[in-house]
Amino acid sequence: MDWELLRTSFWPLLSGGLTGTIPLSLASFAIGLALALVVALMRISGQPVLSGIARFYVSVIRGTPLLVQLFVIFYGLPSIGLTIDPWPSAVIAFSLNVAGYAAEILRAAILSVPKGQWEAGHTIGMSRTLTLRRVILPQAARVSVPPLSNTFISLVKDTSLASLILVTELFREAEQIAAFSQQFMLVYLEAAAIYWVFCLVLSSGQSVLEKRLDRYVAR
Amino acid sequence: MLPADPLRPPAAEGPLLQVTDLQKSFGTNRVLSSIDLQIDSGQVVALVGPSGSGKTTVLRCLNGLETPDAGVVAFRGGPSVDFGAKVLKKEALSLRDRSAMVFQNYNLFPHMTVLENIIEGPVQVQKRPRKEAVADAERLLARVGLAEKRDDHPFNLSGGQQQRVGIVRALALQPDLLLFDEPTSALDPELVGEVLAVIKELAEEKWTMVIVTHELAFAREVADEVVFMDGGVVVEHGHPDQVLRRPREERTRRFVQRLLNPF
Repeated sequence: MDWELLRTSFWPLLSGGLTGTIPLSLASFAIGLALALVVALMRISGQPVLSGIARFYVSVIRGTPLLVQLFVIFYGLPSIGLTIDPWPSAVIAFSLNVAGYAAEILRAAILSVPKGQWEAGHTIGMSRTLTLRRVILPQAARVSVPPLSNTFISLVKDTSLASLILVTELFREAEQIAAFSQQFMLVYLEAAAIYWVFCLVLSSGQSVLEKRLDRYVAR
Repeated sequence: MLPADPLRPPAAEGPLLQVTDLQKSFGTNRVLSSIDLQIDSGQVVALVGPSGSGKTTVLRCLNGLETPDAGVVAFRGGPSVDFGAKVLKKEALSLRDRSAMVFQNYNLFPHMTVLENIIEGPVQVQKRPRKEAVADAERLLARVGLAEKRDDHPFNLSGGQQQRVGIVRALALQPDLLLFDEPTSALDPELVGEVLAVIKELAEEKWTMVIVTHELAFAREVADEVVFMDGGVVVEHGHPDQVLRRPREERTRRFVQRLLNPF
């Protein structure tokens, strides 16, 4: 076992994670979630055109590989005159992808709130928007934390694909160190361990969040 | 001018609400054929009838939770909405400003405390100062014997307590008209009394109320007028003693008999 390589490669890998993987994940998830809410609301709007667009969007995103989506944006768009840098390309691709999955989660979560809650909001004079914001979404949020956490954890690992469009993140660092040192097993396992730790931290964050949102529910 | 006392109904006399030829179908199912109702300020109207007779739908039309196909709903001082004509959504929804609904299943907001449930409408919708809304809410809570529950979440409360909070949430809006949709139907029998006691007090204070109920004894005690509905029409209406003890119509007689002697 090459302890020296393990030690010297640790900081580049970790910093690739902290400056690449994590910000890429956070940015993509935040934007993707906002977009997902729009898509989910379009889907349940009851307006055929809007819900049709939303359904089509979700279908395309879920029916095509993330890698293909990423390549279309980074390598494909320049051929129609739209060149985007690696980092923003990755954020766009991951956000669009997250939105497709999270939209379905949010839609189900919103629909899981009983109809009586909408009516209670309306009867105290709230508009649809205000009822959604004050009454429905807080309750839907609780339901959607576990599935959204899954989406987020998948995203963290999927960002390794960004290495293929030359974004400097954890996996790209690993590739370079492995190629240079020829110690593929060691370096890739080390990278895997760091991903794993990231995901463990996220999982515990999920538990904290669930507990917090659970306070008002009888157990 | 003194601010309105949240513990007292707005003082007024004469007809508060006039409903004319209210009609509503769900698909091919005609739920309300043609309903006429007049409700005076301070009057308690009990809406009784077999299930499926359309009583709840009437209530929901008054609160804008359903849109009637035709008919006029007119409050004294407005709004007055003619659903037979082209109705703006905003106009129809403005009906809600005059009334507040108490639901069969309470429909409290589970993610908010009791106090937050009550001040949500006054603060978020009516834009009243939070401090004032909280003070009113506390007085109303004390009145229904739930002062110490203000920071609890609904799931910590019994059904009877939840429904009392539901009533307070409606009162906090300072509506002209209180609508009760089978307020005790979801309750265990031993909890019914505490909710009816609150409604009775409100009746004594001259709140204007429409109560959909199966509790005929209660209707006879608190209502000024009983309206018996069946098959989407008002079969008969009048003083409780008349409608419930000496019904003129055969359908009313059969219904009352069935409720008095279920076996």
